[in-house]
Amino acid sequence: MIDFISADQATLDGLTRKDTRSGFGQGLLEVGQSNDRVVALCADLTGSLKMNAFRDTFPERFKQAGIAEANMMGVAAGLTIGGLIPFTGTFANFSTGRVYDQIRQSVAYSGKNVKICASHCGLTLGEDGATHQILEDVGMMKMLPHMTVIHTCDYEQTRNATHAVAAHDGPVYFRFGRPKVPIITGADTPFVIGKARRVMTGADVTIVTNGHLVWNSILAARQLAAEGISVDLLDMHTIKPLDESALIESVSRTHCVVSAEEHQRNGGLGESVAACLARHQPTPQRFVAVNDSFGESGTPAQLLEKYGLGPSNIVEACKEVIAVKQGLPA
Amino acid sequence: MSENTPHLPDLCTQVRRDIVRMVHGASSGHPGGSLGCTDFLVKLYFDEMLISPENWNMDGKGEDLFFLSNGHISPVWYSVLSRRGYFDVSELATFRKLNTRLQGHPATEEGLPGIRVASGSLGQGLSVACGAAQAKKLNGDDRWVYTLHGDGELQEGQIWEAALYAAHHKIDNLISFVDWNGQQIDGAVEDVMTLGDLEGKWRSFGWHVLECDGHNLGALDVAFKEARAAAGQGKPVVVLMRTDMGRGVDFMEGTHKWHGVAPNDDQLAEALGQLTTPLSDY
Repeated sequence: MIDFISADQATLDGLTRKDTRSGFGQGLLEVGQSNDRVVALCADLTGSLKMNAFRDTFPERFKQAGIAEANMMGVAAGLTIGGLIPFTGTFANFSTGRVYDQIRQSVAYSGKNVKICASHCGLTLGEDGATHQILEDVGMMKMLPHMTVIHTCDYEQTRNATHAVAAHDGPVYFRFGRPKVPIITGADTPFVIGKARRVMTGADVTIVTNGHLVWNSILAARQLAAEGISVDLLDMHTIKPLDESALIESVSRTHCVVSAEEHQRNGGLGESVAACLARHQPTPQRFVAVNDSFGESGTPAQLLEKYGLGPSNIVEACKEVIAVKQGLPA
Repeated sequence: MSENTPHLPDLCTQVRRDIVRMVHGASSGHPGGSLGCTDFLVKLYFDEMLISPENWNMDGKGEDLFFLSNGHISPVWYSVLSRRGYFDVSELATFRKLNTRLQGHPATEEGLPGIRVASGSLGQGLSVACGAAQAKKLNGDDRWVYTLHGDGELQEGQIWEAALYAAHHKIDNLISFVDWNGQQIDGAVEDVMTLGDLEGKWRSFGWHVLECDGHNLGALDVAFKEARAAAGQGKPVVVLMRTDMGRGVDFMEGTHKWHGVAPNDDQLAEALGQLTTPLSDY
């Protein structure tokens, strides 16, 4: 992996950019090839979810559900009876809020081995606007007993996570996105559900992040390094179960934390981080997240900036929380 | 079934005794629809489905499956499951009580044999059954998948999403029954939210439609045979089953008022006086 602090700008600019949803599409094809119990359903968004390759390779194991997501979740629950492993595909909005009761009763409460694969999450869906930019989905899903919640940061991680999701026994909410973002993990970087990935080691402040905000956090860490501040950066791709030991280990060295995510502050990763630390190791925290508002139309970059999720926002939050730490009695 | 299987009419009466006793014992539950679907469920479990309760497992490969979509009529299902051997009838006494496997609405969480998905929030069972039926096809398993739905439940939009899906995907190993009693909690279905031409609706959604008397075991026998004969030809099958809510207890019959109300001690005694059988209570 690149040393993101010492790398020059040309190296970063030269990183291959791909969408996470394409990593899902490739991963789904691969798990379909290695496990004939894997089946897939899609609610009229096969191209958007990049499920075409699976559909064309395994037509018998692909079920078109039409624009009827509630039914799709129930069908997926039923497909597990008999030992199949269904992956549902639609936008994050239609994968969660629209079908919450179906997931709650037929999937989570019933303990069904359904993989809810949700693309186009968050603000970076872009121009379609707030109707489609769900920012509450992680909160809804992490509250459900039995549910595992995963949000990936790049193409390779999403591809690798698809294998881990298929191998995991139990319902999973698997969240990824639309835009092309730099590939920062390797094809063989291990993906272990519930184990945070350390992006860089530092001493002054912990950043806990996931999804598209991993990249923005790397950019923030570079700016901070230039000012002599070193960041301990954790990619917390699994929000539930949270890797509490990695988090506690990090803040026990840095004594302050910034959470950064493309989600509402209420119900998101930062809230899980705060709940963990409140119980085990009370620590000053700042939240980089959408603050109780809906999104709007715009380009992904414009929206991340307007809603305070850019690298400069993360830099500012780190400086703030370091100041809080320094003001505390030793 | 073995030669030791009780006479089905006696079983129906015993199941009805179980229902009113369970609901009375819990001081809550849904006797009306349970009594109305007793004959159907006894016939289904004791005379129609290929099942092995003693070897119960979630996947049910090589067996027929049943999904109760209108989960509030759990008393009748629990009674029939226990009397068919899925668990001991003594457990019926725990219905709706703390730490029971017999939750108010059916659930898998406590591991009660015979239940494959939770139901209670209405309209979800047909979708689950579609998936289970497709899994059977993918697994090369030629057994049937049965469902039961309330008529009021058909007001849920998800039912019609599933109806489209089943027809589109030619899920012809699926046989659904509708408890067509014309009653729901707030009153007559006709007054609450009319279903209009129910037979025409299912037909236009691409289903093969049958009707039967849900209280006549002979008529149910014919309906099951006709349903299986019509299935396997590219279309799902629905049987619109005419029933009376509260059937078998005269003061509960034909009214929505006993949809979700428990009898008091006197009402229990009166109900049991109308339900006599050579079989034994739990």
